[in-house]
Amino acid sequence: MDLVATVLLVEDDPSVREGLGLALRRQGHEVRAAGTGEEGVEKLRESRPDIVVLDIMLPGIDGFETCRRMRTHAEVPIIMLTARGDDFDVVAGLEAGADDYVVKPVEPRVLEARIRAVLRRTVAEPSSVERHGSLLIDRAGLQVLKNDVKVALTPTELKLLLELSRTPGRVLTRQQILEAVWEHDYLGDSRLVDACVQRLRAKIEDVPSDPGHIHTVRGFGYRFGPR
Amino acid sequence: MRSLLRGLRPRLMAAFLLLTLLGAVGAAGASYATARTLLLEDAQDGFMNPLVSDVRDYADRLTVPPAQQDLDDFATYLRGSAVVLYEDLRSRNGPDPSFIPAEMREMLKTSRTTLWQRRTDLTDPYVVVGIPLLRADGTPTGVEVWALQYLRGPQTAIDSFSTAAWVGVSLVLPLALGLALFTARGVLRPVRRLGAAARALGSGRLDTRVDERGSDELADLARTFNRAAEQLEASQAASRRFVADVSHELRTPLTAMNAVTGVLDEDADTLPPDTAVAARLVSAETRKLTRLVNDLMEISRFDEGRNLLELDDWDIGTAVRDTLAARGWATSVEASLPEGVVARVDRRRLDVIVANLVGNALKHGGVPVRVTVRPGTIEVADHGPGISPESLPHLFDRFYKADTARSRSEGSGLGLAIAWENARLHGGTIEAANAPWGGAVFTLRLPS
Repeated sequence: MDLVATVLLVEDDPSVREGLGLALRRQGHEVRAAGTGEEGVEKLRESRPDIVVLDIMLPGIDGFETCRRMRTHAEVPIIMLTARGDDFDVVAGLEAGADDYVVKPVEPRVLEARIRAVLRRTVAEPSSVERHGSLLIDRAGLQVLKNDVKVALTPTELKLLLELSRTPGRVLTRQQILEAVWEHDYLGDSRLVDACVQRLRAKIEDVPSDPGHIHTVRGFGYRFGPR
Repeated sequence: MRSLLRGLRPRLMAAFLLLTLLGAVGAAGASYATARTLLLEDAQDGFMNPLVSDVRDYADRLTVPPAQQDLDDFATYLRGSAVVLYEDLRSRNGPDPSFIPAEMREMLKTSRTTLWQRRTDLTDPYVVVGIPLLRADGTPTGVEVWALQYLRGPQTAIDSFSTAAWVGVSLVLPLALGLALFTARGVLRPVRRLGAAARALGSGRLDTRVDERGSDELADLARTFNRAAEQLEASQAASRRFVADVSHELRTPLTAMNAVTGVLDEDADTLPPDTAVAARLVSAETRKLTRLVNDLMEISRFDEGRNLLELDDWDIGTAVRDTLAARGWATSVEASLPEGVVARVDRRRLDVIVANLVGNALKHGGVPVRVTVRPGTIEVADHGPGISPESLPHLFDRFYKADTARSRSEGSGLGLAIAWENARLHGGTIEAANAPWGGAVFTLRLPS
């Protein structure tokens, strides 16, 4: 129980809320529960959780909108619960800013593994500060500055950037990135990587559609470094 | 030959030909007969009428009974075109009376009218005319005038007419044949299209429709076909939607139940024995139900065409090794996984296929289970009892269970169906067969 966290669980179905809450508590987590998206956003502000587990199908504002609103307040990791396993849901959820997703009916072991992976994402390293053009990556202080202004990155985005910039010029496959950042031991969903790269580019690139740091290598993966 | 005539096209053509032949022959025949009669009568009249009036003119001058000289004079008056007979006498000029048929001669003895007969017993057709000479009171005098006229001219005209009729018929026949072909095509093309569409519909392509323009019976049929296809498609979509909806509705309660199965398992040891058994049962069955619902959702996505391929180049040997390792089968399954066999596949779907085939072999086949990777194929062979011939065609059917004794297996009953759908999504196939050594062999073939 080394990774004990405060989990905000946003789920409209009382049974699922109670069941998942019980399972999470048994893992040692502290659980805050919310029945609607609005309540979830409210509780996020109050309780500053370490991680959010967010259902997509919610009454009132849906999971995507809730995710977007939460992102404007905090860089907290968000794991989506998608009921349909629909490709549309997954893509839309990732675009709304989710870090990872699990498909209902979810195995508690799977959810726990994902939570732990997300929480483990940011570990400080005794390393020097690196400069890549206008970008400054501080591995010890776990922060990124662009033109000397701190960039607000989610833990997943930060870990992705640290992973990519560790070996500038080398191509990392999506699978390698998934294993390193998401700890998906095998066969993860490469769309997680693509969605996170998009969000990261939006924050660190001057022109996200014409990236200067993170380059797509068609058919393989991504490469960090100058053009 | 019978099968040749069974088609609509030969039947239509035969009907057209027959109809044309009958029509043409009928028309030609009727006009031939009419023309022939008219021509012959004309020729006959042209010969007979002057003769008859000459005979009447002369009748008063003739003394009855006539002498030889009287007969000769009469014949001369008739310009020698006829022979005049009286009992055994005959005029010296005029044609030899041998041409006169005996029965006509007999009939004329009592006749008060001119007799004639068209005859064809010589090379050319001819007409024989017999005119009795009557007294003023209308009784026969016994004097007879006989003449014959060949009908060579009219016959030539009639012959050329009949030739023209035959030529006409033979010219019309190819035309009729062409018309028959054209009509047959007009009928057959929509019929063929309907046939192809029905076959497509039967093979599961329910979005098949045919061109329904037009207002004839075939267009009606096409419209009926389209309505039927629409209804079929709608009812299939409804039943698929139903499965998807049911699975979806089951997900939320299953998520709640699933979340607490771990709690049940962990605490079962501390519960009273009966409660512990119940808790473990509920927990295990919940997990099975979860697997079933997940598989149903997956099948629904295939049915609705919502599953997409994410293709990439992968080393197949490595991919299969990863699949086996991830399921803890690395030691229980023999594998021949050469390096360097690269194929363009959806890695996750390939994993599902291989996992389902190997899982099936371990469950229903017998050890050793062997996986062999070759370029383009992945083979999963077991050493079990093999598959019965009646089961072979149904192995990939949903919920098909080859072993009826086992009412419910561990799997969802959808594993092989899902593997098959995944192979199909790749444009590949899975074949099931029995190996010479008795076990079952499943072969996944991927397009190169």
